[in-house]
Amino acid sequence: MAEDNKNTFTIKVITPERVFYTAEATMVEFNTTEGEIGVYKNHIPMTVIVKPGVLTITGEEVKKAALHSGFVEILQDSVTILAEVIEWPDEIDLARAESAKDRAEKRISDKTPDLDIIRAEAALQRAMARINSLN
Amino acid sequence: MASMRDIKRRKVSIQSTGQITKAMKLVSTVKLQRSKQIAENSKSYFDYMYRTVQSMLAKSGNIDHPFITGNDSSKKAVIMITGNRGLAGGYNSNVVKLITRGELAKEDLRIYTLGKKGREAMNRYGYELAEDYSEMIDAPEYIDAMRLSAVLLNAYRAGEIGEIYLAYTYFKNTVVHEPKLIKLLPVETEETETTTEVKAEAPMNFEPEETEALDMIIPKYVTSIIYGGMVESVASENGARMQAMDNATSNAEEMIDKLTLQYNRARQGSITQELTEIIAGSQAQS
Repeated sequence: MAEDNKNTFTIKVITPERVFYTAEATMVEFNTTEGEIGVYKNHIPMTVIVKPGVLTITGEEVKKAALHSGFVEILQDSVTILAEVIEWPDEIDLARAESAKDRAEKRISDKTPDLDIIRAEAALQRAMARINSLN
Repeated sequence: MASMRDIKRRKVSIQSTGQITKAMKLVSTVKLQRSKQIAENSKSYFDYMYRTVQSMLAKSGNIDHPFITGNDSSKKAVIMITGNRGLAGGYNSNVVKLITRGELAKEDLRIYTLGKKGREAMNRYGYELAEDYSEMIDAPEYIDAMRLSAVLLNAYRAGEIGEIYLAYTYFKNTVVHEPKLIKLLPVETEETETTTEVKAEAPMNFEPEETEALDMIIPKYVTSIIYGGMVESVASENGARMQAMDNATSNAEEMIDKLTLQYNRARQGSITQELTEIIAGSQAQS
């Protein structure tokens, strides 16, 4: 694709309730079950599962959001994020996220016998994603 | 012939019924607008989800995964979405008929109900009822669908149920609503245009690998179908009620017209009679 000198691709973020965001972007970054990844144009086709983290979309402007769960379909000229739960930074209550983070950390470090470690870690990840998307 | 007073009384009573149905029609029109919007907004998520899952299955061939191969249980769970309220034409009973018409054997079924009307009817027919989630249908949220699908998937994984169906009303447009019974699990691949189309596309990679990815995507797929069913059903319910109330209102108007005619005829009749009596009286005197 030599004559195609655009290096942008279409990014679509869709939630069950609405089309959350669409734009032309040069790069998109997010956290997956296999680790954090960044996607440019002409990525190989791939479907990945989202882990709670910060979604960063770099286009004409840089957009950040806290992406909690869903999956992503990457094609050469488009990226579609099917997000079950996603929030813009201005929808996030920082104080609440921080107290949730402290609670989760405490639960994990206390190692109480009836601890549901998976749930506590998931809560911690969500809280971290919220906090990080604000920075 | 009924007396003038009787006709008048009936007319007044029908008039007030007509006012009520007219008000209900207006209310459901407003509700329809809102629920239609919600249903339309959720469509693109649902379509993408459906396409992705179908293309995953089309490309990966026969994967040995419980979500696709099924398990040994003969129990079939049906999520039944109806309304909490009546006066919506055939909306509730159409969904009930969908299940009772007998494609699925009654004794294998276990019904998870959303909507009191459906639950009452299934209870009357003697079906096995599982939990009730009627409160969800008042204002469906995605999180409700997540809760419900978690319950069902746990039962499926534990081998308590072998198949999951969804009975809901598909909102085609404002006037056409089709009751539908679809199978959620085990997932069936459809040989459609989309699947043949995606087969031709570049191969898709999965991270994590397919079986694991399916394990995570299928629950999301089930949740999204349940959510889609909920919002479509709500839109259909409001649409059905709007139509039913519209019919009721125009029936009331028709009856009023008929009664007005009868009333006038009776009035005329009584005047004529009085005149005849007066004339007859005066003739007798002279």
